Amino acid sequence: MSRKRTREEYEKTRSFRLKQWVDGSRDPFLDRIEMKPKKPFTEPQEVKERREVDRERMLSRVYDMNRNARLREFHRLYQVFAVLFCVILVVMLLTAVSWLPTVGAEDRPVNNEVAARYIENGLQETGAVNIVTGMILDYRAFDTLGESHVLFTATCTVLILLRQDKKRKRKTNDRMYEPKNDVILQTAARVLVPPIVIFGIYVILCGHLGPGGGFSGGAIIGAGLILYLCAFGFEKTERFFTARTYKVMSFCALACYSLSKCYSFYTGANGIESAIPLGTPGAILSSGLIFVLNICVGVVVAGTMYTFYCMFRKGGY
Amino acid sequence: MAAWEWIRFVIGGFLLLCGLGIFAIEMAGVYRFRYVLNRMHAAAMGDTLGIGFSIVGLIVMNGVNFTSLKLFLVVAFLWFSSPTSSHLIARLEYDTDEERESHYRQKELKDLETELKTGEKEES
Repeated sequence: MSRKRTREEYEKTRSFRLKQWVDGSRDPFLDRIEMKPKKPFTEPQEVKERREVDRERMLSRVYDMNRNARLREFHRLYQVFAVLFCVILVVMLLTAVSWLPTVGAEDRPVNNEVAARYIENGLQETGAVNIVTGMILDYRAFDTLGESHVLFTATCTVLILLRQDKKRKRKTNDRMYEPKNDVILQTAARVLVPPIVIFGIYVILCGHLGPGGGFSGGAIIGAGLILYLCAFGFEKTERFFTARTYKVMSFCALACYSLSKCYSFYTGANGIESAIPLGTPGAILSSGLIFVLNICVGVVVAGTMYTFYCMFRKGGY
Repeated sequence: MAAWEWIRFVIGGFLLLCGLGIFAIEMAGVYRFRYVLNRMHAAAMGDTLGIGFSIVGLIVMNGVNFTSLKLFLVVAFLWFSSPTSSHLIARLEYDTDEERESHYRQKELKDLETELKTGEKEES
């Protein structure tokens, strides 16, 4: 029972208006909710011309290939080395791919005995109910130690790149427009920060009993600290967390991690029975060193998150 | 007992569908509105009501146990944090808007009070 309608009749219906809204050809909220449409960003003609002139000058003076012999040489070398580097990389990767075991072969890494051993003996050997934690903090603790040091190194790099001198302070800053002393944010932070930090501590401490562990719990604590900083500003946080605190904290955590792993590597390599008891699986104080290592990793991760935020926001604590 | 299970399943499914519908509306709003505050209104609706409906549906389907307490805590956390973050974005947008007068209708508190009083007088 479809009936052909004229154009004018169709334009009065609701479905036409819906179609217009979906197309974006007409905005029904223009005059009611928002008073006026925002102007798109346009550049004045002078600025555009000036930029063009600057670019021309740049090309003709600084990157003048005809007069600057050293630049010309460098450019040629650069092209040759770029091609060479790409070829070497392609050859290396293709060789690596050709050495991979064939699909379904018996000696594939998937089929070896390691995974089965982790699942069968993991609980007895590490004492951790959570097999993943037992793997990353006991069998492969060396790897996790490297990851913690990577985090520490990343923080050092960010500190070198973004830290500002106290003498040179920029006067204008985007941060000037940021809402400060916002009552709503402060109230929310007052309610939310303690549960967030407690939840982070819970995740760290129960890393060997269930999902969780140092990395995730540390990230949660770091997020709580960042929320507190956003709400109350640097004066409040600098009372308990400065660059010195971070240095001491991460040094202690990494040193503790390294020393305890040194002990277990030494005993493991020489076949000595470790003096640290594994405890009953499932109890909070069990699984030997994993509990301590989780706390160390959590401390490092929390400090790193907070330091990154501080550096990107202010360039210092 | 089976009837009870069925009732719970139907109620939970209905709530989940409500949540999904609100998420669909949110998506349409976020992509179709053109201005920051309108978009934010749409997005915040999904973060509060959509998540609320979905997780209450899950709680009803799951029954009362420790997991549903955890789900309830997720809802409580989101209802705290999402309006706060939308409020901050709105305030930042309002503070940094260069043509504030033409974009927003500003009213002083005094004007509002007088308006309210005159309105009451007219009514009485």
